[in-house]
Amino acid sequence: MSQEKIRKIRVGVASCGVAAGADAVLELLRSRAESIPVEGTGCLGHCYAEPMVEVLLDNGDSIFYRNVKAENGYIDNILSLGEKDRFEVPPARKAKELIKVLALAGRIDPTRFEDYTENGGYEGLKRALSMTPADVVNEVKLSGLRGRGGGGFPTGTKWSFLAAKDAPEKILICNADEGDPGAFMDRSLMESVPHQVLEGMLIAAYATGATKLFIYCRAEYPMAICHLKIAINQIYEHKLNVINGRELEIIIKEGAGAFVCGEETALIASLEGQRGTPRFRPPFPTDSGWKGYPSMINNVETFGNVPLILREGAAAFAAIGTEGSKGTKLFALAGDLKNPGLVEVPMGTTLREIVFDIGGADPDKVKAVQTGGPSGGCIPVELFDTPVDYDSLKKLGAIMGSGGMIVIGKDRCMVETARYFLDFTHRESCGKCTFCRVGTTRMFETLERIVAGKGEMADLEFLEDIGPKIRMGSLCGLGQTAPNPVLATLRYYRHEYEAHVKDHQCEALQCSALVDMYLDKTNCIKCKLCVKTCPVGAISDDLVIDNEKCTRCNACKDVCPKKTIHRVKKGSIQ
Amino acid sequence: MDQKYAFLEKVGKEPSNLIKGLQAVQGAEGYVSDESIAAISEYFGIPAVEVEGVLSFYAQFKRVKPGKYKIAICDGTACHIKGSTQVGEWLSRELGIKSGETDARGHFSLETVACLGCCSLAPVMSVNGRVYGKLDRKSIVKILKEYENK
Repeated sequence: MSQEKIRKIRVGVASCGVAAGADAVLELLRSRAESIPVEGTGCLGHCYAEPMVEVLLDNGDSIFYRNVKAENGYIDNILSLGEKDRFEVPPARKAKELIKVLALAGRIDPTRFEDYTENGGYEGLKRALSMTPADVVNEVKLSGLRGRGGGGFPTGTKWSFLAAKDAPEKILICNADEGDPGAFMDRSLMESVPHQVLEGMLIAAYATGATKLFIYCRAEYPMAICHLKIAINQIYEHKLNVINGRELEIIIKEGAGAFVCGEETALIASLEGQRGTPRFRPPFPTDSGWKGYPSMINNVETFGNVPLILREGAAAFAAIGTEGSKGTKLFALAGDLKNPGLVEVPMGTTLREIVFDIGGADPDKVKAVQTGGPSGGCIPVELFDTPVDYDSLKKLGAIMGSGGMIVIGKDRCMVETARYFLDFTHRESCGKCTFCRVGTTRMFETLERIVAGKGEMADLEFLEDIGPKIRMGSLCGLGQTAPNPVLATLRYYRHEYEAHVKDHQCEALQCSALVDMYLDKTNCIKCKLCVKTCPVGAISDDLVIDNEKCTRCNACKDVCPKKTIHRVKKGSIQ
Repeated sequence: MDQKYAFLEKVGKEPSNLIKGLQAVQGAEGYVSDESIAAISEYFGIPAVEVEGVLSFYAQFKRVKPGKYKIAICDGTACHIKGSTQVGEWLSRELGIKSGETDARGHFSLETVACLGCCSLAPVMSVNGRVYGKLDRKSIVKILKEYENK
C-alpha cells in the first residue's frame, strides 16, 4: 500500500450508526487522529456494516471500513490504511441501485450549510426562482412525481390545487410522521440531508404561494429534529426563506405518537393542538385545512425529490422508472436477510432484485415480504418477479406504502404476523368510525384465538367477511387498509390458518401455545447451561423439560452450545 | 399559575400549541401530573377535561411517573419478526415489572413503543433514548447491570 495521505475521516453517526456504537468510534478517532479532521456524517444505507468509517485520501480516493469498534486496534488499522475490515458495496447491490435522492447522504456533514451548497444544494431553488411559479408547478407535473408517502397522488396536480387558491394564508405541511413500524427512509433523509427536504419545501412554497411552512415530525426522531432545526436557522441566516418578497416561517411541530396522524386531516387536527382524529373529505385540505386555510401536505421523500427535478429538469427525472411511476424510490429493508439497510432503486425494480440481489436474503429461507407496513400486505416469494411500482403492488392486494419492506423468513408464522399487525392497528384506531374501532378489535381477538389454537373454521369466514366491511366503513386510510395484512395472508397462506384451526399446528413452530420444547439428548454434553439459564426452573437436573412450567422463552435453546433443544409440535414428544 | 410551571411562558399561548405545552411539561417532569394539567388548563384557557382528552389520545404522554431509566422496547415490524416479544418477556422477568410500569424504587420503567426506526439492528430497545441493537438475553442482562448501579 502506497502511503497516501489522509485528507479527512468521516464516521456515519445517524441514529442507526449511533445505536451500533458510532459515537464512541467518532470520539476515539478524534482523539487519535491528531491533525486530520474527523467529521460526523449521515447514513450510507449499509446498516449491517455500521459503524462505518470513510477515510478520504489526498488523491480523491476513499477507503471504507465496516463494523468498526471503539478500540485502539480498530483505529490503528484505519489510520494506517490497513487491509482489515475494509468495506466495498456488494457488487450485486451496486448494479441494481440508482442513488439519486440519497446522493449526499453519508457524504456530507448534515449540520454544515456549505457542505450542501458546495454539492449542488439550493441550485434547484435558484432555478425555480428564475421561472414563473406556474412553470415550476408544470415542471413537477411533467416529471411524473407521485406522492412518496404511499398514496401515490400526482404531486404536481396537488401543487396546482393550492396554487389556484386565493387566500391570505396558504399552508404547506411536510409529513414527517413516519409511523409505519419498520420504515426509516424519512428519518435517514432528514438526519443525513435535512437541507434537501427543506429546499423541496421552499420550491413548493414558491410554486404554490404558500406563506407558512410546517414540518410535522415524530418526537421519536430527536436527531432528525435537531438537524432540521440547525438547517432552518441556516436558511434564515442566508435569507433563503424570503420568497416572493415575504419572509416565510418554517415551524417544526413534534408529533406525540399516534399512527393515525399520518393521515392528512388527522395530522392537521394534531397541528391545531387537538386529538388527531380524521374528518370527512371534502372539503379537502387544499380547500380548507389548518385553521381553515388552504393547506397542502407532502411527504418527506416527496419533498426530497423536488430539488432534483428542478436541478436536472423534468425530462431527466421522467426518464427513470416505469410508465406510471417515475423516478427512484427509497426502501427500508429489514427482517430476515443478510444486508438490511436503506436502498434506493428505480421504480419498476422487481422484489426479487431488491430482496435477494440487494438485501442478500437466502432464496431458500424467504417466505414473503411485507410492504407498506400495517396498511400493506404480504407478498409471497412466488410473486417476487413483480415490479415495484404503485400499480403493480396494488393488484397483489398489497401497497407500496411509504417504503418499509420487511423480509419474512420461512420460520415465521403468517397468522402470527397478521395478528401482530392487527394488534397495532386496533390499538391505533382513533375510535371515530365504528367499523374500524370495533371491527379491527374483533379481527384481533379472532386472530388471538387462532394463534392460541382455539380457532374454528367459522373464524376464517368471519375474517373474510368483516375485512371488506371495515374497508368500506372507515373514513381514513388507517381503517381502509387495516384489514389488508389479514386478507392478504388469508389469500396466500390459507393453509397456515387452517393448520392452526384444524390440526392445532403452527407450521413455523412460532406460536407458543402450539409448541413444546424438546431436549434431544443424543448430542447433549450435559453442561447444564440450560438448567442454569432457564428463568422458570422448567428443566430438571436430569435434563427433561417440564412443558407445563416452560414459557417457551427460548433462553435454553439460545444458550445450548450443541443446539440440542428444539421447538416441536405440541404433543409430539413421546 | 404555579411558579413551578413558569417555563410554559416559552410556549406560545395559542391553543394550537397545547401539544407543545404538554411536551414541555413532560420534558421537565417526565410525565403529566394532575397538577400540571391544572396549570396547562389555566395557561391556555382550555378546560382541564379537554386537556386530558388531548393527552390521552397520544401515546407519548405518560400519566404515571417513570423511573430514572426509561426502557423502551421496540415492537416495530422488524423487531417483532426478530423476537421483540421475547425481549419484552426477558426484561419483564429481570425487572419484575410489566410494560407500562415503574419498579418500586423508581429506578427502571418499561414501555413498549411502535418503532424506534433502527430496524436493521432488530431487535432493539432504548434506555433514556440511547438505542441498543441486536439484543439477546445475555446482552440485555449486561445492559441492565450497567444501569443498575448508576
